Amino acid sequence: MNPIYLFFHKTGSPPWFYNFSGKLIPWLWVGFLLLTAYGLYLGLLVAPADYQQGESVRIMYIHVPAAWMSMMIYGLMAIWGFIALVWRIRIMEVLIISSAPIGAAFTIIALITGSLWGRPTWGTYWVWDARLTSELVLLFLYFGVIALYNSYDEPRKAARAASLMAIVGAINLPIIHFSVVWWNTLHQGSSIGTSGNSIHPSMLWPLLYMAIAFKLYYGANLLSRARLRLLKQDHRKRWVKDLLTEETR
Amino acid sequence: MSKQASGTAFMALLRRDFLLAYRRRAELLQPLVFLLVVVTLFPLGVGPSPDLLANIAPGVIWIAALLATVLSLDSLFRSDFEDGTLEQMVLSGQSLALIALARTVAHWLVAGLPIVLLSPLLAMWMNLPDEGLLILIESLAIGTPVLSLIGAIGGALTVSLKRGGQLLSLLVFPLYVPLLILATSAVSSAVAGLPYTGQLGLMTAGLIASMTLAPFATAAALKLSLS
Repeated sequence: MNPIYLFFHKTGSPPWFYNFSGKLIPWLWVGFLLLTAYGLYLGLLVAPADYQQGESVRIMYIHVPAAWMSMMIYGLMAIWGFIALVWRIRIMEVLIISSAPIGAAFTIIALITGSLWGRPTWGTYWVWDARLTSELVLLFLYFGVIALYNSYDEPRKAARAASLMAIVGAINLPIIHFSVVWWNTLHQGSSIGTSGNSIHPSMLWPLLYMAIAFKLYYGANLLSRARLRLLKQDHRKRWVKDLLTEETR
Repeated sequence: MSKQASGTAFMALLRRDFLLAYRRRAELLQPLVFLLVVVTLFPLGVGPSPDLLANIAPGVIWIAALLATVLSLDSLFRSDFEDGTLEQMVLSGQSLALIALARTVAHWLVAGLPIVLLSPLLAMWMNLPDEGLLILIESLAIGTPVLSLIGAIGGALTVSLKRGGQLLSLLVFPLYVPLLILATSAVSSAVAGLPYTGQLGLMTAGLIASMTLAPFATAAALKLSLS
């Protein structure tokens, strides 16, 4: 068989995915904990306070990675949704709907940490600034996907509806973002980009460690959720029965 | 399927939808009455000061238009879904995207166009300065088809659900954000004597993009709802 087809066939099979992810999850947790500990140590203790913002700048080490994750997860959901719709791979359907609550949680974390930072710095918890607004709209898009999924009784149909919604949302997300940027901007521009960074290395490194830690957390949480969902969906199937009898034996 | 047959199917669908709309006149009026009521509530809520009303007029009229459109979207595919017409349309062999587009065009003509026609009355109520009136009408004329096109995706996704209406609004309102921003900014700019063609241009781009893309998403959603 063509090796690429073989790969898809293998990774698309629930028992294989269940076993493989079971082996991967502990490593992801270990990596997450180590990187978070190191990143927080650097960010909260080693990195200097900002000369204008003072100690409140340290919220950044949670806020910025969470905001990155909120957008990355929605993008991933759209990609998986596309794969799920085109090739009908069930693992992808499980992944997309397992991602949604994690993405929504990261969006909420970004919004709350942003508000807490905004109070001492901007003097207000909430302003209708472009990034805040588009982050809020992103949260509503997450809620839409989750609500749509929960409204259907049949899980596979629900997942395909959620996939379609995620794709439509992802096409609109940049448009929403640029329209609100154009509408009103108070938020500072990005400090990190392809055209060079305007952030000191002592602050950049903890930020990057935290960003990678959050991605590992996402991986661990996503795979755990996906495993549980697969078990629930397949609870009448052979492989789950075999698995359970094996474990009790 | 030949081009001619597709064109005939498109026109036949439009004709059928108009006939159905004509026979359900009272149902069609509901979103429009709703529009009038919502706009009436604003002066009652924020006070009748003409200056204040003129300031918020573009936003209020546009938000009322969004609400009225979403209200009418819930029934977009519902009756066809419930009596099995939608299944027959899928089985007809015609492109489902074309069918979705015909349905959306009909929806705009009976639900969107009346909003455009009512807008001078709303502008008068909200004390919108004369310089903004024409731009308001233009923005609604460009924008309400986009509302129908994007809303049709949501309508198709929720058609098989028992209580799709609330979910529909949650799904489509976030997608309407850019349109609302551009339209209200165009009207406000026109009132302030600033250039507004950029905003209208972007809205037209949105119209073209959604006209070419949205029917395919709607078709996929319809297929999903029928599966």
